[in-house]
Amino acid sequence: MSDTPLHLGVSLDGAGRHPAAWREPGARPDELFTAGYWADLVAEAEHGLLDLVTIDDSLGLQSADPFAADDRVDQVRGRLDASMLAARIAPLTAHIGILPTVVVTHTEPFHVSTTIATIDYVSSGRAGVQVRVAARPDDAALLGRRTFPADRDALLRELFDEAADAVEVIRRLWDSWEDDAIVRDGATGRFVDRERLHYIDFEGPRFSVRGPSITPRPPQGQPVVAALAHRAEPFALVGTSCDIGFVTPRDAADARGIVAAIREAQAGAGREAETVHVWADLTVVLDDDAAAARDRLARLDATDPCTDDARVVAGTPAELADLLVELGEAGLTGFRLRPAVLPDDLRHITRGLVPELQRRGLFRTAYEATTLRGHLGLPRPADRYATADTAGSHS
Amino acid sequence: MSRRQMHLAAHFPGVNNTTVWSEPESGSQIEFASFAHMARTAERAKFDFIFLAEGLRLREQNGAIYDLDVVGRPDNATILAAVAAVTDRLGLAATISSTFNEPYEVARRLASIDHLSGGRAAWNVVTSWDKFTGENFRRGGYLAQGDRYLRAKQFLDTVMTLVDSWRGDEIVADKATGEFLRDAGAGRFDVAVDQFDIRGRFSVPRSPQGRPVVLQAGDSDEGREFAAASADAIFTRHGSLEAGQAFYTDVKRRLAAYGRSEDQLKILPATTFALGDTQAEAEERGRRIRRQQVSGQTALRFLEQVWNRDLSHLDPDGPLPEIDPLVVDADSPRVSQGRAADRMYRDPLATAKEWRERAAAGNLSIRDLMTEVTSRQSFVGTPLGIAEQMERFVEQRASDGFILVPHITPGGLDDFADRVVPILQERGSFRADYTGTTLRDHLGLAPLDARSVV
Ligand SMILES: Cc1cc2nc3c(=O)[nH]c(=O)nc-3n(C[C@H](O)[C@H](O)[C@H](O)COP(=O)(O)O)c2cc1C
Repeated sequence: MSDTPLHLGVSLDGAGRHPAAWREPGARPDELFTAGYWADLVAEAEHGLLDLVTIDDSLGLQSADPFAADDRVDQVRGRLDASMLAARIAPLTAHIGILPTVVVTHTEPFHVSTTIATIDYVSSGRAGVQVRVAARPDDAALLGRRTFPADRDALLRELFDEAADAVEVIRRLWDSWEDDAIVRDGATGRFVDRERLHYIDFEGPRFSVRGPSITPRPPQGQPVVAALAHRAEPFALVGTSCDIGFVTPRDAADARGIVAAIREAQAGAGREAETVHVWADLTVVLDDDAAAARDRLARLDATDPCTDDARVVAGTPAELADLLVELGEAGLTGFRLRPAVLPDDLRHITRGLVPELQRRGLFRTAYEATTLRGHLGLPRPADRYATADTAGSHS
Repeated sequence: MSRRQMHLAAHFPGVNNTTVWSEPESGSQIEFASFAHMARTAERAKFDFIFLAEGLRLREQNGAIYDLDVVGRPDNATILAAVAAVTDRLGLAATISSTFNEPYEVARRLASIDHLSGGRAAWNVVTSWDKFTGENFRRGGYLAQGDRYLRAKQFLDTVMTLVDSWRGDEIVADKATGEFLRDAGAGRFDVAVDQFDIRGRFSVPRSPQGRPVVLQAGDSDEGREFAAASADAIFTRHGSLEAGQAFYTDVKRRLAAYGRSEDQLKILPATTFALGDTQAEAEERGRRIRRQQVSGQTALRFLEQVWNRDLSHLDPDGPLPEIDPLVVDADSPRVSQGRAADRMYRDPLATAKEWRERAAAGNLSIRDLMTEVTSRQSFVGTPLGIAEQMERFVEQRASDGFILVPHITPGGLDDFADRVVPILQERGSFRADYTGTTLRDHLGLAPLDARSVV
């Protein structure tokens, strides 16, 4: 493993992953709703040559309770729509991949597809999407079109099945225009060759979508689809439908089990030949001095304890690099780091961890590709609707 | 003499035959560089806003996707969020359907764009409602004719309730005391009307404009009433001075009933133009553009839209068909689907009669006639001549300004910005520079608390 380079991304959310992050001296909690704040963060991530940033989102207001709304006033509340933010930031960067989080429960797969395609255009091929479900009844009440079954396991099965259908629709719509559908043929007067536009005719229990998209095939063909996965249903979603799964192993043994579950789902979907990345999420508190990092985490936790779904790591960049190598041997292909405090821990990643990994020959020293798929080693895929007849007839 | 000020907006070239795609200078309709180019031109010319139309299903005619016009567009809100990154003052107006979305999502997007642009977001509320487009969406699309403005009104009111759910002073973010929010109920809303039954807390804090600027496009009596009650501007298609004046008078007189003054609703017709160094040159150019816009095939397709029949066997250089238009009720599928204009010819038999008389009088072929009855430029002339015509419209109360629809992407506004705008500025009928930062400022709209903010 040690000569296989690692992939690295960061997850950006508010003032940082830690609930007490906004109270740190370097935090900018009164700028969370300005473009400048996010532009600075993404520029810093790009400075560190990271593969991608993800931008967190949810339908409703944040809550410390994962199953219900709360009325706390001592944590960051309020967030911008992540897709709008991604589009706003994309023209200011040149290399880094940008993945807004998008809820696919309640929302229209058609709009999600054109939104992400548009971000792909705006970024010249650097868009992706982290799909998520919204299982809370208070989220459903914001849209008011659906009531949920009481049994939580049944609900999650239903929502992840629906998410897989949504991704299928989103992907078919991206392919619904062949790359060379626009012909601008003066001789026949046709702008577009309708033989290269395709109905997608998806029919599922929650929605049917006819197509084609209103947006031509995006620069990457298929922008990158990712999902955060903690249990069997989302492992299956990653295996069948995604390019990256973000997972939350406790340790290397746990990571092995998760990777195996995803690989099994991938094989079950007939995708053995495709690259599906499995990255571990880690919340990080970093300092050049290990004790200082641990003290800082203790101080943050004393203010407001962090109950994180991902493993929380406090230490030096070198210690973190050791851990990434160890976990990498369990079959993970990369990591999405959640800076506990923004911008502090992001800077420790870009200016501490990245040089450390570069010294070990484990991370790129310059961007080598121009698209997000390129950074991830994913080829530009053929269009599923292209026939031998239409594909390549332009060349 | 101080002249009446006009408002100007740029319509990004759309997906109908107004946009000429066959010229050497015709560029991409989808690459971001094209949007950035036109937005920068509009901002250089101190325009109020850039405007994007929306269509959520590719148009079809005679059962096949329509292939003669430019087709393929981005998601409006998303592309405008990106345009915010390459402009500083220009308003950003997205057409977003009130049928194929939910208020919570639209409110989040608009409030987010408003934050990310420093107060420049606008929403053109359209009520398109056909089953055909509904086939792309979960909710389907069908709304009875009478229900769509009810839904639009409730949709708009709900979006405003959502963005008003934060007053603007809730975020304290005091690191020392640990108080982030002053108010544990920030963003709380509860809406129970017949189209929407939603409650909870809205997730986007109050944006710089508070509410997005609201535009409306729709021409029926209900559409006009909806605009009078709720919109800040109307996008219209009334071309002539007289038609414009009639529309202007009709809409402005509706405002009093809602306690609104005449300057709170701007009337902005879609406007095309052909510029030349001399009047003769401009007219020649105008004729050439119209010839490009109405090819023989396009002329037949237009005729089919009114006749509601497949007429592809006809010769566009020949006469109108003997057969009459096929009249169907408003909700039945038509030969052409996915066009807002399909319902423009409300009385096809009368239109056919009028066109036959016109063709007979002028000995016109199908293509000649279609070139005459569609897509005539609003203004044809020298830069000074066009400036004078525009001022006349504004001074004689046919409009409060214009939404310019260039025929070339993305450079179709460059000449206008470079040659007409300086004349308007010199004559004092258009701003020499922005005086405010938000779109509400540019449009001179009343401060929000004068309206119904809770
Ligand atoms: C000038 C103008 C522009 C319009 N632009 C759009 C558009 O971009 N997208 C859309 O779906 N409908 C558009 N419409 C359609 C209207 O929203 C509405 O559905 C249609 O005009 C029928 O409403 P009415 O009966 O009130 O005229 C437009 C209408 C007008 C008059």
